[in-house]
Amino acid sequence: MRYIDTVRPNRRWAGLTLGGLGLAGLLAAVIPAIGPNTAAAVAAAAHTATIQIDNFAFTPQNLTVTAGTVVMWKNADDSPHRIADVNGAYNSSALDTEDSYSHTFATPGVYKYICSIHPYMKGEITVKPAAAGS
Amino acid sequence: MADRNKQELHSAAGIDRRGLLKCLTWAGTGVVWSLSGGVPRTIGLIGSAAAAATAPSELTFVQISDNHIGFHLPPNPDPTATLGEAIAKIKAMPAQPAFIVHTGDISHLSKPEQWDTAEQVIKGANKQVFYIPGEHDVADAGNGKAYLERFGKNTQGKGWYSFDMAGVHFMALINVFDFQPGFKSAGLAKLGDDQLEWLEKDVAGRSSSTPIVVLAHLPLWTIYEQWGWGTADAGQALGYLKRFGSVTVLNGHIHQIIQKVEGNVTFHTADSTAFPQPAPGTAPAPGPMKQVQAGDLRKYLGIRTVDYVRSKGAPALTDNSLAG
Repeated sequence: MRYIDTVRPNRRWAGLTLGGLGLAGLLAAVIPAIGPNTAAAVAAAAHTATIQIDNFAFTPQNLTVTAGTVVMWKNADDSPHRIADVNGAYNSSALDTEDSYSHTFATPGVYKYICSIHPYMKGEITVKPAAAGS
Repeated sequence: MADRNKQELHSAAGIDRRGLLKCLTWAGTGVVWSLSGGVPRTIGLIGSAAAAATAPSELTFVQISDNHIGFHLPPNPDPTATLGEAIAKIKAMPAQPAFIVHTGDISHLSKPEQWDTAEQVIKGANKQVFYIPGEHDVADAGNGKAYLERFGKNTQGKGWYSFDMAGVHFMALINVFDFQPGFKSAGLAKLGDDQLEWLEKDVAGRSSSTPIVVLAHLPLWTIYEQWGWGTADAGQALGYLKRFGSVTVLNGHIHQIIQKVEGNVTFHTADSTAFPQPAPGTAPAPGPMKQVQAGDLRKYLGIRTVDYVRSKGAPALTDNSLAG
């Protein structure tokens, strides 16, 4: 299993994410000229999902994504939270209000996580294989 | 101290955060309520506090907790200032405490500069400080590495230690690393087997008449499982301490004073110096009580003085708010 982690202690990552989306958008615009296989690969690579943290809860609590999706947790709460995989596969540092953390889920499976500061906060991410042809 | 004469075993306060606690099911006999009314809150308790007031103390120390340096939102955008007020209170005590115990959450986000600020302010009291971490102090990407490198010298395992002062045995326990996965339970804290084993050995040869003080960040009894306010394996630890005549458990974490007596063991959570949290179950989530007005904030913040008189065995505790 390979994980690509990006911890964002400040706001720099937001710019990178937007930049990434901008690139994806640009590629999407030229995709018809490249062909369907390339298009699917680009779409999978650029796939992102966001989990909001507010009021000591993750929304959505259960998220299903395809392999390769970058999941970003965004802390909109007035308390800090910290994302931690229950098996220790990845964890963020403490996320202050408005901070976020991203993790790429490369391998299909079911991943449970908690907030290690408030461990009764829990969530689950189901990673499905990427669509055939990607 | 004069404050001790104002001791109240049951709060007569009206509808306030602490008054609400009376409604909760765990509020059995032996729980001693603090008074919350804007004046210094005093909880004389356990043994005869009145006697303690007239006899010279053999050991006096202060507990501070939950400074949360780095917090920047309502109801307290400047927890460094309120920590400073807490330290000023300690400096002004007529009978100077021998040392300070800190029951965790020094920082809000486990950042070195937050610990720097806290230590700089606390240093103003000119006392030795015994620290334990809160979960906010072990929330770095390295899972507590930063805290242990800085504060964990001469400690065991993940930072636990013990020491003796004036015949009292202090045990600084760590229950912020090893949480039960939230999927199997509500997510209570754990001391863990290694620490429990150490604890058993640590007290094994000691006389049962030795007064014991236990420090831990999260409460060592389950106050409110839905918010994770408890320690799953605390019962085992307390089992090893059962034979001792006086066991005083000092906790932080919940930013309010809740106390309980169980046989020879008394449990006390402490006020924060930064912001209050709601009484168990009285809010959708345990976050800061941001609705508290600036003028009222200091009524909810405080420090605790612990006085031992050897003949009494158990200490007298005095909680003073920063408003007083």
